[in-house]
Amino acid sequence: MEELLNLTGFEIARRIKLKKIAGKEVYDFFQERIKMVNPALNSFITKYTNVDKIEGNSSLSGVPIALKDNICIKGKRITCASRILSKHKAVYDATVVEKIKKAGLSISGITNMDEFAFGSSTENSCYGVTKNPWDLSRVSGGSSGGSAAAVAARLVPFALGSDTGGSIRQPSSLCGVVGFKPTYGRVSRYGLIAFGSSLDQIGPVTTNFIDSAHLLNIICGCDSKDSTSSDKQLPDFTQALRNVDGVIKIGLPKEYFGTGLDSEVREIINNVVKIFKEKKVQFKEISLPHTEYAVATYYIIASSEASSNLQRFDGVKYGTRAECSSLKELYSKTRGHGFGEEAKRRILLGTHSLSSGYYEAYYLKALKVRRLIRNDFDNAFKDVDAILTPTAPTTAFKIGEKADDPLSMYLSDIYTISANLAGIPAVSFPGGFTKSNLPVGVQLIGRHFDESTLIQLGFLFQKVTDFHKAIPKISNE
Amino acid sequence: MTDLKTVEKVVALAMIDINDEDKLKMQHQLSKIIDYVDKLKELNVEDIEPMRSLDCQRNVFREDKDFSFLEREVILENAPSREGAFFKIPKVIG
Repeated sequence: MEELLNLTGFEIARRIKLKKIAGKEVYDFFQERIKMVNPALNSFITKYTNVDKIEGNSSLSGVPIALKDNICIKGKRITCASRILSKHKAVYDATVVEKIKKAGLSISGITNMDEFAFGSSTENSCYGVTKNPWDLSRVSGGSSGGSAAAVAARLVPFALGSDTGGSIRQPSSLCGVVGFKPTYGRVSRYGLIAFGSSLDQIGPVTTNFIDSAHLLNIICGCDSKDSTSSDKQLPDFTQALRNVDGVIKIGLPKEYFGTGLDSEVREIINNVVKIFKEKKVQFKEISLPHTEYAVATYYIIASSEASSNLQRFDGVKYGTRAECSSLKELYSKTRGHGFGEEAKRRILLGTHSLSSGYYEAYYLKALKVRRLIRNDFDNAFKDVDAILTPTAPTTAFKIGEKADDPLSMYLSDIYTISANLAGIPAVSFPGGFTKSNLPVGVQLIGRHFDESTLIQLGFLFQKVTDFHKAIPKISNE
Repeated sequence: MTDLKTVEKVVALAMIDINDEDKLKMQHQLSKIIDYVDKLKELNVEDIEPMRSLDCQRNVFREDKDFSFLEREVILENAPSREGAFFKIPKVIG
């Protein structure tokens, strides 16, 4: 059974199909592993005990999957790792949940996250921090830290996360797994509890690009329940695993290799470039001149949208309610007690950016700079097919290291934020390990709706390297 | 530097009950963040059209057909306070 840990989800599904192993055995094996290993990590916050009857059929049928705690599963508890939703049960299935059920995957549990996806370390969770499986004194990244840590530790073959400014890619980088943010509009957000509606995207966290491609085939597609989902024709993403033709040209944006980038991370990224070059991939230095304004632009826009989206948590229709004597008190006490510190900070920052007297200087200005950032990418993609960067400036940092300095936490998203602002696809995958055995993620960014080139490149890299096969040894195993 | 009065105004607008000690902490942290995002002031964007959406799509219509959600009780079960089929809140009119 231990060999299941080294198989892709796709291979596990094939063995189930060929009746070499029963779906129930696979499910039980991973549930047992969660039971053994999760107490050290705190990556799962809920483990389901009974496997739902698997009826659907797809290339991944029978394989367990975990979901971030902001995706609705009908009848199950959903909290966004927030006290304010601590008793809430979803009343409908998210579209992605309908799709994975139809594809015959079995949901094994719910993973931890920063409250309402606000954070880059999964420290802002009412369930406590998720630890990094490569070093338990370090963070798993965030906000999808639970999903990334669970997949890295092989507690589940893959998971879904959500990415608003890097929340799939940054934890995937810090935990050494493949985290994919598809193009804005590729995946329906119906049933994803909204954070920044012009930025949010659901995507897969896997150990390898074969599984990413198969999962994207399952979760992508237009949905009448999400008017921002795109009706653009869906490719078969697994075709990209067979595609070896054509010369691909990758851009290296000089702004992503400046000061602030850890020297060991830089070395590893340089080595990744070398490996690609040996496979006849071409490289070119490019410039994305407005990169230095991305973090500021993002935190204004994302916080503004969050402050608006989180108005619904007022203690009236759902969630917890504080003791109160008037309606006004009901709102403010419920929110004061129910939201964690980072959620409050973002709501206040967003409310400030949208308030009369500040709107033009902050929100409107940020929308204009957002267009400049997007134009930078449009220009770059006239000349290159993909862009390669580090995913994060450093490896996983220590738990507590940035907890009291929100700005330094925000800056850990510096390389991932721009893809959300531009609405383009991006993926992080393990590119190597530091001397102290911490994983380093590489990011590939693609043209609108061109996830396929990213899969092709990532798969090419994983065919000639073994970094994605490394499994962390967790002390109490 | 964002002053305490501005923080208090924003706290009132956002309807979040925060004690005085936390207000000071927020003032300190928000000041740092706002000083950082003020970086955008370096850019002249007068002629740039704000990017209000990902503007890659036309307007989206759906068929004007109603459908019913049959599980009202399931929704009401999530309510912190209810009476019959209603959400219950403190008295609003005196």
